[in-house]
Amino acid sequence: MGIVEAILLTVVTAATPLVLASLGELVSERAGVLNLGVEGMMVMGAVLAFAATQATGSPYVGILAGIACGALFSLLFGFLTLTLVANQVATGLALTILGLGISGQIGEPYVGMSGIKLQPIAIPLLSDIPFIGAVLFKQDLIFYLSIALVFGVNWFLFRSRAGLKIRAIGDNHASAHALGIHVIRTRYLAVMFGGACAGLAGAQLSLVYTPQWVENMSAGRGWIALALVVFASWRPWRLLAGGYLFGAVSISQLHAQALGLGIPSQFLSALPYAATVIVLILISHNRRMTLINTPACLGKPFVPDR
Amino acid sequence: MKKIILALTTSAAVLGFAAAASAQDKTKICFIYVGSKTDGGWTQAHDIGRQALQDHFGDKIETPFLENVPEGPDAERAIERMARSGCALVFTTSFGFMDATIKVAEKFPDVKFEHATGFKSAANVATYNARFYEGRYIQGVIAAKLSQKGLAGYIASFPIPEVVMGINSFVHGAQSVNPEFKVKVIWANTWFDPGKEADAAKALVDQGVDILTQHTDTTAPMQVASERGIKAFGQASDMIKAGPETQLTAIVDTWGAYYIKRTQAVLDGTWKSEQMWDGLKDGILTMAPYTNMPDDVKKLAEETEAKIRSGELHPFTGPIKKQDGSDWLADGAVSDDGTLLGMNFYIAGVDDQLPK
Repeated sequence: MGIVEAILLTVVTAATPLVLASLGELVSERAGVLNLGVEGMMVMGAVLAFAATQATGSPYVGILAGIACGALFSLLFGFLTLTLVANQVATGLALTILGLGISGQIGEPYVGMSGIKLQPIAIPLLSDIPFIGAVLFKQDLIFYLSIALVFGVNWFLFRSRAGLKIRAIGDNHASAHALGIHVIRTRYLAVMFGGACAGLAGAQLSLVYTPQWVENMSAGRGWIALALVVFASWRPWRLLAGGYLFGAVSISQLHAQALGLGIPSQFLSALPYAATVIVLILISHNRRMTLINTPACLGKPFVPDR
Repeated sequence: MKKIILALTTSAAVLGFAAAASAQDKTKICFIYVGSKTDGGWTQAHDIGRQALQDHFGDKIETPFLENVPEGPDAERAIERMARSGCALVFTTSFGFMDATIKVAEKFPDVKFEHATGFKSAANVATYNARFYEGRYIQGVIAAKLSQKGLAGYIASFPIPEVVMGINSFVHGAQSVNPEFKVKVIWANTWFDPGKEADAAKALVDQGVDILTQHTDTTAPMQVASERGIKAFGQASDMIKAGPETQLTAIVDTWGAYYIKRTQAVLDGTWKSEQMWDGLKDGILTMAPYTNMPDDVKKLAEETEAKIRSGELHPFTGPIKKQDGSDWLADGAVSDDGTLLGMNFYIAGVDDQLPK
């Protein structure tokens, strides 16, 4: 295995949780709901996925547990912000704090335990292609899911009727309501999709990235995912590019350090953030397009008229 | 954003604690932790020390603690709350709590404070630290014996003297066995991020190192080492569970005896501000069992440890040159503690440029 191949493999592992978590948030925000609880949902997904894997011995059960846990946890957010119309920013922050706390509590018996790693699945024929075969077609299920979800969400949002409704709600919930679209119900579903994706991203952390449980193991990735959504101007493809760019620069900077190139390490550590911001600003420089893409009702509460 | 959350968490934790703590007759010995008490590393080692203290004195004392206190302004509030709640002695267990500890100590002259790994003290602020570099020297000796390529990977956190001292000691120990030994360093710029630590470990392995050591807090690098089939050293706590066939040894911090001694001094009314910096011989740090290595290497490691314990060997004994080729220590000369505590240069053989 060459060094470039090795680097790419590491990049894929680093980028997958970012892509997944931000993709879920993208759908939620397209429906007009700003959920700052990504970090909390992610870390809850991580601990439950780890616990379920330990209990059953199967990481696939772990994946399901992670997804279910993220979705259920986001339901709490949905109830508070959609039904009780609480402030979305404050509730999202609370969700993160709650998630970090509860996951620490649940995870206490699992600290220091060696996890079961989700094994890669080689796709016949394709995985034999030199170079890209090992990187793209000899990966674990969560990676394949992440790519499929980017395709799926892009198609769903921009090519399907349901996707159009979601975008309509995000842009103008009053009009959507007047047209007879169920604003609250649709938003619930969007929020739960976001939670499920964040939970899956968490499962990736505790089953693939570092198969173990340590408190607060998401270490800020939920916040990076949130930022990616904005910088990708709510477009799934840009989000995929942004996630991989971030991953690629993060890993390259570690290699640059190990090579001893003599570039200050603090500068290198800041590089992924800087590079991602610059590139995404460049690709979304058209202000009109950015405005069109921004959900106009993002973060605004909706109370139907009686 | 993260700051705000941390602030909220801390305030919530502080309020919760204040409500729970009521005035009692027991002497209160309090602890401030930077991480979670089950982090498997640094903070867990302090918490094991706290439990040893509680077990030793039983009903005579109580030992409340605050976890996950961020370094910075929140630390000052957390420490002040502790002091106000009637603690007789407060242990602040992270380097970054230094200024906060000193500030709060000025306001509470009757409360005693002990700050770990810092260099500022006062009439009611003592400092305590362990000579971790002694353990790193032994690790270097083992690494040089076992590495076929003569190349180790080192995952470092922040370029503070403590960490730089560790890298130098590791390299010097390795070079005592193999003068050509080299080490590659990656600065993770974090104490705690399993993903990033694992990525750094992978990068080092991909670039050809065959032994890993770390100065960050999670077991992720140990796990990567197991996966890639190379050996590694644990940090702060025994990490054998994360790599039963990988861990060679670990530097284990054992604070319990010190906490008992200082608490006894408070109970007896003999507490004085001191600057404690002890090592292997005082038992403040111990080496986890030497495992996964041939007997001759194990024997050499044990001999090296014995020599450091007896004082026969100081890890920083000349001749040592600095990285730029200039002389640091002459043949047989031993470094003074002041230079070590302010260490801001590499010795020859480190394949890295020290971040400024």
